[in-house]
Amino acid sequence: MGETIKKKIKRIKIDVNKCNGCRSCEMICSAYHASPKYSSNNPARSRIRVIRDPLRDIYIPVYAGEYTPAECAGRDKYVIDGKEYEECTFCRASCPSRPEFKEPDSGLPLKCDMCEGEEKPLCVEWCMAEALVYEEREEEVEDIPQPEELEVGLESLANKYGMQQLLETVSRMTQKD
Amino acid sequence: MRYAETGIYLEIDLSRGNIEKIQSDPRDTELYLGGLGTNAKMIWDRVPPEVEPFSPENLLIFSAGLLCGTPAIGCNRTIVSTISPQTRLMAFSMMGGFWAPELKFAGYDKVVLRGQSPSLVYIYIRDDKVEIRDAAHLRGKGAIETAELIRQELKDSKIQVASIGAAGENRVFFASIEQGRSSASRGGIGAVMGDKGVKAIAVRGTKDIYVARPEEFLKLCQEVMDYIKFREANPIPGVMPILAGLGSPQEMKVHDEKWHTENFMWGNSRVRRKDFWNEDIARQWAETLDAMRTRLISCYNCPMKCGATISPPGHPTYMMKCFSKLTYTMAAFADLEFGLKIAQKATEHGVDGFSAPQVMAFAVELYENGILTDADMPGFPSNNEERFHWLLERIVHREGIGDILADGTYWAAQKIGKGAEAYAHNTIKKHEQLPLKLSMLNPIYFLMYSTGEKINITQIEGQFPQAPFPTREAREEFVKDWFQVPHERFKQYFLDWEPRGEKSMPFYPTVEMCCDIVDWQERMHYIDDALGMCAGLSSFPLKPPYHIHNYPKFISAGVGIIMDEELLTEATKRYRTLVRANNIRRGMRRVDDKPPENHWKKRFPELEKQLLDAYYRMKGWNLDGIPTRESLEALGLDYVAKDFLERGILKEGEEAGLDPSPSETAHQ
Repeated sequence: MGETIKKKIKRIKIDVNKCNGCRSCEMICSAYHASPKYSSNNPARSRIRVIRDPLRDIYIPVYAGEYTPAECAGRDKYVIDGKEYEECTFCRASCPSRPEFKEPDSGLPLKCDMCEGEEKPLCVEWCMAEALVYEEREEEVEDIPQPEELEVGLESLANKYGMQQLLETVSRMTQKD
Repeated sequence: MRYAETGIYLEIDLSRGNIEKIQSDPRDTELYLGGLGTNAKMIWDRVPPEVEPFSPENLLIFSAGLLCGTPAIGCNRTIVSTISPQTRLMAFSMMGGFWAPELKFAGYDKVVLRGQSPSLVYIYIRDDKVEIRDAAHLRGKGAIETAELIRQELKDSKIQVASIGAAGENRVFFASIEQGRSSASRGGIGAVMGDKGVKAIAVRGTKDIYVARPEEFLKLCQEVMDYIKFREANPIPGVMPILAGLGSPQEMKVHDEKWHTENFMWGNSRVRRKDFWNEDIARQWAETLDAMRTRLISCYNCPMKCGATISPPGHPTYMMKCFSKLTYTMAAFADLEFGLKIAQKATEHGVDGFSAPQVMAFAVELYENGILTDADMPGFPSNNEERFHWLLERIVHREGIGDILADGTYWAAQKIGKGAEAYAHNTIKKHEQLPLKLSMLNPIYFLMYSTGEKINITQIEGQFPQAPFPTREAREEFVKDWFQVPHERFKQYFLDWEPRGEKSMPFYPTVEMCCDIVDWQERMHYIDDALGMCAGLSSFPLKPPYHIHNYPKFISAGVGIIMDEELLTEATKRYRTLVRANNIRRGMRRVDDKPPENHWKKRFPELEKQLLDAYYRMKGWNLDGIPTRESLEALGLDYVAKDFLERGILKEGEEAGLDPSPSETAHQ
């Protein structure tokens, strides 16, 4: 059990009524996470996605949560204000059954890090429609270490290929001639 | 590595079903930038004047602008170029939306279509995978409907689709290409797409677009964003609302249509309704718009909300932008509800929102004047609104009289005869223009209308106020933070410009000043069309965030080539001249550089002659509007000069600028 500590909880409040569907958030997120920073951009690498269906007036920015190795057994449909949504529309998880929140080349999961180090997430900065609003609050939480990005990636690889195969691959790659 | 651009274009031969990926020459980027610039070069190299618009040899080029897909705010335009069936000149229509950035992310700068497919197909691009697919099941489907069906078929909600409706399939001369909330409408490029047998191009990309100097580039984008915020909070005082802010005119937001409805002409550009707007209409139109407009929407990476989703009761939802809100309404003397409803059908059929309503109003006028009769139009309804629906369906399917009207007012009038030509009175270079008939000649607009090869005044004007401000104080206030001017002298032109008296139109601004102003306006539009920037953030509004002083920095930091104001001005002049050269080679001359005869009631033939002469001289063209050998060579367009000499368009040893040809004298 970890100690109880005060933690700053960061969150992005999303107002789907204000979103105008421009996808600036996707652009700047992918640019910020490029290496070197801002050297490239590619919405397919973004950790925030605008789920858009203009003809049904659906505009939902969703930012990436944890990777989950299992897909849902059943997916519900919701009707809100006469518009029908798939459950996936609101889901923040990267999972085997959906293409969102995965690196397009490696298939590795992506997770929002709230642009660590910046004053506030850049998607919020760049959303001039004010559909994204940054909020902070303090909360008492147990101090459980959060997995690093590399750990998230390794865990998903282990889930996909099995721990044994992953270990063998890593040991083969690290062997020097 | 190539920055901002991918350096690859897709070349698709539809006759043979062949797909190639071709590396472009980075030197061309330095000379012609991208988008319109490199399109003009490709048309010059590969589409000689013998090639008919509806011919396998004609190219249809979809080009993402040079900076599309980079973080440059509002840079999302696709520039589509071909030879227009209506003007028979080079057409270059633009669309915003999401298609161009997606093409970049798929790894391509352009899609070049040549040949003709034996059956209806659509093109599917997903990163490296490019396929020509059967589209038999999409025949006759609406443009938006087609995009939806393709999205479902490919199970990809993010795919971006540019498609044509029935009008394009049936080669209607003013058919558009529709794409999400946007369309490339002018010049009849949708007809060329239909002629090639291509129903749609669907594209999805998941690759990176790089910029050369990331930190610097992002800082420039930040500056643009800050300026947009500033301008939003501080509209320009003393000008009409659509010019006070940024973006393409915010027609979907505006309820008060007094200005458009009372100043533009109704019907076939004939009737001005000076006292049209009253409280009842204001209330009724506001109710209609509020009831049908679901949401204001944007293009890729742009905070402006220039478009809207419209859901007319009993009709499917569609997306609309800008002035098509009023074009059908005013052409049919109807109300806004009719306009928004028929525009849904028209968008699905894929027709130009400027031309289509005017062609229909022209037909009504011919019928009412006995030039078209019941024999030509069996079953023509008596109600005006029904007449427009009746005509629209016949035109897009080329049925009966619709087959003739589908060629636009100019060509239709020639075919109909019996004096119909007098009713085709609102075209420039055979293409329908905004329905405006004004009182006294405006020399700046005279030049833009006459020489604009984009065939649309809204794609030429901007930067400089449309009219003088009433007081010196207001003018002084305006020039205070006018840093976008390329030179301080433009401020003086404006400061001295009076509504009445010695320094008022038509003789002030002077001929030289008018040329200078038009040159600046035109330059900005041409830059936008190469970079893929929306005119709404650059060349169209007063005091925009993108201007001649920061554009070179965007290009340098983005593309990684050496660029400054001088080089950019020269590059722009180079491909602007190349567009002209394409048209000159197709027979365009001074005689074609003119607004509709009755555009202004009060004309000044001598002044108009001086304006054109001076503009041509400034551009380095002779008095027939043909770029001279010297000016072509100075721009590195020696190959154009050589071609002109070989064709006898220019003559060896002829002195530049002193050749008033017979066509020019005939016109004056």
